[in-house]
Amino acid sequence: MELLLDSLFNGVAIGSVLLVAALGLAIVFGLMGVINLAHGELMMLGAYTTYVTQLIFKLPILKPFYNSYILISIFLAFIVSGVVGILLEKTIIRKLYGSPLETLLATWGVSLILQQFVRSVPLAYGTGLVISLLIGLFLPTTFPSKIKESINFKYFKFSSWIFASLTGVLTGSIISSSVSKLSRASARNVDVTAPSWMRGQVEIIGTAFPKTRLMIIVITLISVIAITLFLNQSAWGMRIRAVTQNRQMSDCLGISTEKVDIITFGIGSGLAGVAGVAVSLLGSVGPNVGGNYIVGCFMVVVLGGVGNLLGTVLASFGIGIMTDLIGAGRLLSIWPDMPLPLSNTINFFATTSMARVMIFALIVIFLQFKPTGLFPQKGRMVEN
Amino acid sequence: MRISRRILAGLATASLAITATSCGGGGTSGSFDDTVTVGILHSLSGTMAISESTLVDTEKMAIEEINAAGGVNVGGKSYKIEYIVEDGASDWPTFAEKSKKLIDQDGVPVVFGGWTSASRKAMLPVYESKDAFLYYPIQYEAQECSNNIFYTGATPNQQSEPATDFMYKRSPAAGGDFFLVGSDYVFPRTSNTITKAQVKQLGGKVVGEDYLPLGNTEVAPIISKIKKALPEGGIIINTLNGDQNVAFFKQIQDAGITPSSGYYVMNYSIAEEEISTIGPEFLEGHYGAWNYMMSIDTPASKKFAASFKKRWGADRVVADPQESAYNMVYLWKQAVEDAGTFDDNAVREALVGQKFDAPQGPVEVMPNHHLSQTVRIGEINAEGGFTILEETGVVLPQAWNQKHPSSKGFACDWTDPSKGEKYKL
Repeated sequence: MELLLDSLFNGVAIGSVLLVAALGLAIVFGLMGVINLAHGELMMLGAYTTYVTQLIFKLPILKPFYNSYILISIFLAFIVSGVVGILLEKTIIRKLYGSPLETLLATWGVSLILQQFVRSVPLAYGTGLVISLLIGLFLPTTFPSKIKESINFKYFKFSSWIFASLTGVLTGSIISSSVSKLSRASARNVDVTAPSWMRGQVEIIGTAFPKTRLMIIVITLISVIAITLFLNQSAWGMRIRAVTQNRQMSDCLGISTEKVDIITFGIGSGLAGVAGVAVSLLGSVGPNVGGNYIVGCFMVVVLGGVGNLLGTVLASFGIGIMTDLIGAGRLLSIWPDMPLPLSNTINFFATTSMARVMIFALIVIFLQFKPTGLFPQKGRMVEN
Repeated sequence: MRISRRILAGLATASLAITATSCGGGGTSGSFDDTVTVGILHSLSGTMAISESTLVDTEKMAIEEINAAGGVNVGGKSYKIEYIVEDGASDWPTFAEKSKKLIDQDGVPVVFGGWTSASRKAMLPVYESKDAFLYYPIQYEAQECSNNIFYTGATPNQQSEPATDFMYKRSPAAGGDFFLVGSDYVFPRTSNTITKAQVKQLGGKVVGEDYLPLGNTEVAPIISKIKKALPEGGIIINTLNGDQNVAFFKQIQDAGITPSSGYYVMNYSIAEEEISTIGPEFLEGHYGAWNYMMSIDTPASKKFAASFKKRWGADRVVADPQESAYNMVYLWKQAVEDAGTFDDNAVREALVGQKFDAPQGPVEVMPNHHLSQTVRIGEINAEGGFTILEETGVVLPQAWNQKHPSSKGFACDWTDPSKGEKYKL
């Protein structure tokens, strides 16, 4: 019983890392059909946001709230990655809808740019840049409609960008002068330390579970529930689903597909940021952190069936449980006196590298029989 | 090919000399008769850049020190050392390509370079076919002995063997079972083969072994294996690389695998530089084995650390790979001075037997092109350094490991033409 519980927990823990990382991609790739190779780098931005938040919360004024920095950074990471994602959509991806190969190359280029960006720009000024993007993109949308419709709106837009860049430079310099670690660019990997209440383990029914793993499971659950509610219950969620099913018809019926694209891509990117927070709790934060997850993300989305959230959820937990089952050689402890040839085979695959090979092989075999994944999408988009 | 290269080398030196004189020489070069240009080849970009750039800094410092002390004196003339730094870009074929460029185009008499075994294996054929020289400063898995490479880092019997011995006999987990964790490439796998043979000899037991693919940071299955294999604590030998250590130590601490609950990790790839990246709070109480540790309390060691800090900044640290890189520049200088020429064969002969008072203590170049060195076992402390617990005497290098089944009973000796790369003892 204890063994089963331990194994199940491990599988769910591995699966939830995969799921939280793939959730954003399930939306961007699944609903919009955009192959975003910069998804991993959006995660990286989320991880760096956690690092920056952690350092800012070490400042004397914010020190009393230090223990809650991780919760705030989840929110901030969503915004940071979301804003960068929106910028990416507005400038590059919008022009490439319907040409997957070009999208793939362009987003790969973006991923390289983002990696080099965190290597060579001090994080303080990076933060400033994100703040100015945030203001520049959203300030104009808050103006009353009277101004928006006036002929001089472009001047208002322009001046709000000036205001945005000034604020960005100012915040950049303030952060840079108060947190010395953020004032210099560095290619070195940095470290996020979980606050004390999140370290160590808790005991449930006689088995000890690491708290950071539980935290990641909670983050994942909340993200999945929130995104499901948003897609199924809100007006914008309905519009997103409508555009996914039939873009031209939705356009004819008065849905602004342009806005829908921005919102969908922004949410997908924001979720990548949340995944970045989760990932930063497990290992170190560096320019390459996203690249380690991108293949896994695509694997999960394809296995689950493109465009289906439930499929993504089941696929990631399936892969997680399989990884633990094969990688840790669990079958041997469940059935200790199995015949020798069988136990030798299991032992051979019971290392992390071989487990990975095995899982990829299983997925390839599975996709031979069900090429569209666990839950293939039904609808016009697929029939086309 | 050989001759044309020599001519090229001569031309290069001559042209440099001409440039130097035609430019008026400047303040310092006036006191030198000539210049000699050496090659430095490490990754300055890509994943290995963080580690390898510290070696470039150290080699530059050693060269500056030698120049400040009057340069290299060869055949009655004083030479100022100049260097060409090339970027291997963390890409192994690039290392081979840049080696060719340094040898053929720049005509350097020696290249100081490399970090990963993969980069060395890629460069080796280039140096052997052109009969040129590479000095390689990193502790590695050995099982190699080239006539064209000088290895100034530790071989397994100068690092992992004394460390395993310490863990099994004298650590707090003495007599316990072993679990081996490593990244999935040649060094951890070879090193662990040796460790397994040694543990068997000692009468201990290796209860598990796992390798993490490079770049993968999901260590949950490894943790459950460790807990299953070592329920009451034990010895973990860790050969993980770079970032993977951060994920490993963060997660084993959360899972309760700590020194206070009886688990002791011996690390072969964690030096002062890595401790500060991972964070001492995750590593305190675990162990490391190196030839040089920054906390060695001798004037030579202190001077080395102080001059590095003075040259590159007070927040910088020195570690074993850097000390090794520092030694190799000095050993090369001594050898060319003794040989009285920059000519490869004469320098190769002069190099064997060179002694140097290194920051770690005296080292000597042995006939198998490796160094005799001192081995130290240290416990990682809260300040991010090592508390040195044990120090061996001088340990002779084994290019062919005597515990590895494939090389048992073999040795290497380049001073005796009848023995060479691999002969039966």
